[in-house]
Amino acid sequence: MSDPSRSGGTGANTASSARGADSYYAQPIIKAPHWKAYIPGYFFFGGLAGGATTLAGSARRSGHDALAHRLQLVATGALAVSPILLIKDLGRPRRFVNMLRVAKPTSPMSMGTWILSAASASTGSAAALSATSRLPRVRSVLEAASAALGPPLATYTGALVAQSVVPAWHDARRELPLLFAASSAASASGVGVIVCAPSEAGPARRLGIAAGIAEVAVAAVMNRRLGPLVGQPYREGRAGSYARAARVSALAGSATLAIGGRRRVVAAAGGALLLAGSWCERFAVFHAGRQSAQDPRATSLPQRERATSRAQT
Amino acid sequence: MTPADAHDTYGTRARERVGFFTDTSICIGCKACEVACKEWNLVPEDGLAFTGFSYDNTVELSANSWRHVAFIEQSAEVGLAPNMAPERGDVPQADFRWLMESDVCKHCTHAGCLDVCPTGAILRTEFGTVVIQDDVCNGCGYCVTGCPFGVISIREIAHDGGAHKCTLCYDRLRGDLEPACAKACPTGSIQFGPLDELRARARGRVADLRDAGHTNARLYLASDDDGVGGAGAFFLLLDEPEVYGLPPDPVVPTRHLRSMWAWAAAAAAALAAASRIAAGGRR
Repeated sequence: MSDPSRSGGTGANTASSARGADSYYAQPIIKAPHWKAYIPGYFFFGGLAGGATTLAGSARRSGHDALAHRLQLVATGALAVSPILLIKDLGRPRRFVNMLRVAKPTSPMSMGTWILSAASASTGSAAALSATSRLPRVRSVLEAASAALGPPLATYTGALVAQSVVPAWHDARRELPLLFAASSAASASGVGVIVCAPSEAGPARRLGIAAGIAEVAVAAVMNRRLGPLVGQPYREGRAGSYARAARVSALAGSATLAIGGRRRVVAAAGGALLLAGSWCERFAVFHAGRQSAQDPRATSLPQRERATSRAQT
Repeated sequence: MTPADAHDTYGTRARERVGFFTDTSICIGCKACEVACKEWNLVPEDGLAFTGFSYDNTVELSANSWRHVAFIEQSAEVGLAPNMAPERGDVPQADFRWLMESDVCKHCTHAGCLDVCPTGAILRTEFGTVVIQDDVCNGCGYCVTGCPFGVISIREIAHDGGAHKCTLCYDRLRGDLEPACAKACPTGSIQFGPLDELRARARGRVADLRDAGHTNARLYLASDDDGVGGAGAFFLLLDEPEVYGLPPDPVVPTRHLRSMWAWAAAAAAALAAASRIAAGGRR
């Protein structure tokens, strides 16, 4: 017999609970995220900015200056939109500045606020300096900082949703940052091949082809590892629709770039498909979290299995 | 230091850790706790609905319900305790029972809401309880996704927008009063006191109930080695936790924090590398 003081201890006999009641009037056990569509919108724009500063840094190193410059402007724009979306989602928007009271490693939202602030400051001021073409040394330091902050900016949001009790998010904690990284790279590349001529956009084209495929592959791995119960939201309802749209768009975008990416119009179409895929991917993950939280069995059944197997050992 | 150790940082001002022992075996479902809590803490009315869930029209804990009495109707063979069995044969054996449980914030040792709060609005008090500073909270809603019990939520009524939950009557504790719900409970189902004392009492109670034939009686969240490091509010249940809408094996997500950051760092490195490879060498 298990220790009765242990949580979830099954006690001696379960006769009176053998009625198949595994929930309380089918009510959710955990609360669904309170966030509105601003948050997946931010995941997209923040990810776009993170991917763009990363790729801009690489493009600068390889001498693709036109691509680097335009991606920097794109990132600046995306970084201007991002805080607006985040602040609009707050229940008390005027207190957004309270985010800067603390820096907490246990809160990816807190760390992300600092990453976003630093990325905005470095990217925005680098863009301003390159517009005036003054202080070239300072500008290159700022550009290096902006490029270095791109990857964390693109991936911390994966850790943010994973650091939750929502089964479809928490149990996907291995894959979500990589999924968001691929989605960010796809969106940034998508913009890159739109804003630059094919002769200048080589890095974006190559990264875009790989990112679209990676996005679909990581999502597939995530789905398989989550299994039929916890992974269900990614296949059903709104999240399922967004996930299918993301898969089709990302693959079509990659294929379009691979086949006709050296023609400007075709490349732009491929870029648009990658952008659409990235957008849908963020909304798929967001809605999967909501759907997952609303299903009491997604929370209780894996826990029950864990408790039972522990009681038997 | 992790936020869970914050109780120690009070030094000499730290007070003995207190909590609730909710003994559901003697809950009569009067909801005096719900009412007393709303009255004392000025928790607003958030709608009067009829759910059809037995006598439960509160449904869940939320920003606007800090105590919630669950009602479960079971058609079960209920073995009466030997000392309660009817002596005359004309009293039918019960084939039905009502489970009632007054749910509340667990004031976890490892509190998910506190860990993820990005403003520091949620803090550990000198009593070891978990409290939201309403004048700091900016309503980001991250705590809502951090609670394994679905306790905390955003108050969307009364132009509020902030997160709210049970404070274990922090104001009353500071005035050496017991929390309003425990004060109002007419049966002693809600017991307030130093956590160690409550746990000892609860172990005795569960042993008595088992001896009396309630073999399904068990304590919930009374052990330091569970997924939330033990809770400041724990329960004596007469059935599986799921039946009451409680998670059977809750784990604070922070337990996997290192691996989450590690996977995020790996993904960031992969992105940087992919971008570098795609750009190629200097042309």
